[in-house]
Amino acid sequence: MQHADKAATFIQNESKTDWHNASIWRAREKRDVAAHGIPEWEHLRELASQIKDNVLSNLDHYLVQFEEAATRNGVQVHWAATAEDHNRIVLGILQKNKLSKVVKSKSMLTEECHLNPFLEANGVEVIDTDLGERIIQLRDERPSHIVAPAIHLKKEEIGELFHEKLGTEKGATDPNYLTEAARQHLRSAFMESHAGLTGVNFAVAETGGVVIVTNEGNSDMGVHLNKVQIHCMGIEKIIPRAQDLGIFVRLLARSAIGQAISIFTSHYHRPKAGGAMHYVIVDNGRSEHLGREDFRNGLKCIRCGACMNTCPVYRRSGGHSYGYTIPGPIGSILTPGKDLKQHSDLPFASTLCGSCSDVCPVKIDIHEQLYKWRQIIAEEGHLNRFKRWSMRLAGKILSSPKAYRRFGRLARWALRVMPSSMVYNRWNDWGKERELPTAPKQSFKEWYQENHPAS
Amino acid sequence: MKVGLFLPCYVDQFYPQVGIATLELLRQFEVEVSYPMEQTCCGQPMANSGCEKDAIPSYLHFVETFQAFDYIVAPSGSCTYHVRKHFDVIEQSEQVQHVRARTLDISEFLLDVIQIKSLTAKFPHKVGLHQSCHGLRGLRLGQGSERVGTAYSKTEQLLQMVDGLELITLDRKDECCGFGGTFAVSEAAVSAKMGKDRIADHQRNGAEVLTAGDMSCLMHLEGLIRRRRSEIKVMHLVEILNAK
Repeated sequence: MQHADKAATFIQNESKTDWHNASIWRAREKRDVAAHGIPEWEHLRELASQIKDNVLSNLDHYLVQFEEAATRNGVQVHWAATAEDHNRIVLGILQKNKLSKVVKSKSMLTEECHLNPFLEANGVEVIDTDLGERIIQLRDERPSHIVAPAIHLKKEEIGELFHEKLGTEKGATDPNYLTEAARQHLRSAFMESHAGLTGVNFAVAETGGVVIVTNEGNSDMGVHLNKVQIHCMGIEKIIPRAQDLGIFVRLLARSAIGQAISIFTSHYHRPKAGGAMHYVIVDNGRSEHLGREDFRNGLKCIRCGACMNTCPVYRRSGGHSYGYTIPGPIGSILTPGKDLKQHSDLPFASTLCGSCSDVCPVKIDIHEQLYKWRQIIAEEGHLNRFKRWSMRLAGKILSSPKAYRRFGRLARWALRVMPSSMVYNRWNDWGKERELPTAPKQSFKEWYQENHPAS
Repeated sequence: MKVGLFLPCYVDQFYPQVGIATLELLRQFEVEVSYPMEQTCCGQPMANSGCEKDAIPSYLHFVETFQAFDYIVAPSGSCTYHVRKHFDVIEQSEQVQHVRARTLDISEFLLDVIQIKSLTAKFPHKVGLHQSCHGLRGLRLGQGSERVGTAYSKTEQLLQMVDGLELITLDRKDECCGFGGTFAVSEAAVSAKMGKDRIADHQRNGAEVLTAGDMSCLMHLEGLIRRRRSEIKVMHLVEILNAK
């Protein structure tokens, strides 16, 4: 099903759509307050963008530097070309150490690689420990937002889920009560776990360390309670120096949710005494994307979710309408590179309003990339035939003054004389909820000619 | 100084009063303005749908039609933006570069080129300003709410010159209306919902008239308003700036 159909279904429940829109817009408003509190905000964005440009241009060098530093620190570094490699490597680490219970925190990458079902099929129990992630795991759903994965659910729905899965009181909706229930449930999961797995926000090339920012602190819980810790990261998570964190950490939480800084900023460098620390560095199509000149800077993304929060389409269609792990504007420029045909609807799920590019803390030209993907989608024949044909015809009419005039006059005449039941037929998507403009007898051109006979 | 009036194709066909108002407004300031009859369309409908190649004949025709003018002025941030931003795919001859650099939205021309300080317009109404995205974030006619820096708005600056006009404050001052060209039909449900939400914001805050620098946003919003028989009216910015 295409984005437009899923979005239309979502919008059928208008009060829920309004609620979804309003609750996500609040994050955008908080972001504005936080950003406007920093006079040098635009300068910070520019610096972050330039650092990431430098990283993407020298990624080979930085990755090797990172690996060397990490190895010196006693970290075991694994390289995964594909999602399957990533999953196999993680399973291999667990099996080698005879570990069958993993607690996980903060990883969209493992969602991208579908790690959970793979581990479960191989006899490993995986518990997502971040509240939102745990909720959707219990519902067997995909995240609908990269920072707030369960943002599409109301507290009543969560109350019902917890009643069924965690034995909370029926009909309970108090967020404090429900969160406390989740906390107790997760505490026992932590205590029983054998290994801690996390994603990575920043991997520092010079130190070989990784940085994870969280608000719940689950990444620290998982790492500190277990001898074996595994950190999974995409190759683009690299930043050159520890001092660069001063820029990114200031931008990230402010852009995401309007916090000056996340509650926890955890730095991991080396295994604990008697423990083991692993990095799994994943490509999974990223280096191919790096080769696409017009689109490579999508890899600058620091996964703050600000483009989703600001996107007027996302807020009214929900994350699941995008059909991919990373929804919203950033997802719509990354996914066509994965499978152009399958995701050819996503670059069209935008009005090209440009708000996403202006909130992006690393200045990704998101709406311009959407425009460019559209060109490629049409070129490669993935537009529907009606659209392709009508654009070809429009191109002919709109470039010929004579055809343009004739067609304009005919269209206005038709709109005036046709009965409205003919105009507002089932193929007229404009007319489903809107009137067409009233067609004047005289176009401007005709008026001008009448009033300026010399022209 | 010779100025060519450039009207978006749908304005020519459906909103001749907007073209007339633009012409009258420019003539108030004794600008030597004419409307080249051969003009058609900037090509944006095809290009935004992914069919840039089908738009190229329109680009070439546009340049040919307007190359002799010192400035090309349009009552449209969106079409102006398209010419300036997306005519980069044709060969950049001197004429193409000239046309791209000299195509301006009416508010840019009034404030930056002929630098008007006042208007004779009277419009004693409560007005809500819808910032069209291509004008705001494309041409930077104002400071979008996303960006940190000194606030400014060319459109508001012009509206403030109108006698009796009261500009209302919106809850979301620059959210997209949901038109988006072919988006309005290919994503009809989201498009309509976005438009309804925009209209509600203007109504909630007491606007009698909803205005914008782009008739395309207004065509979409007006369509929703008329279907619902709402009270609020839409008028293009130039109609207000030219109001007697």
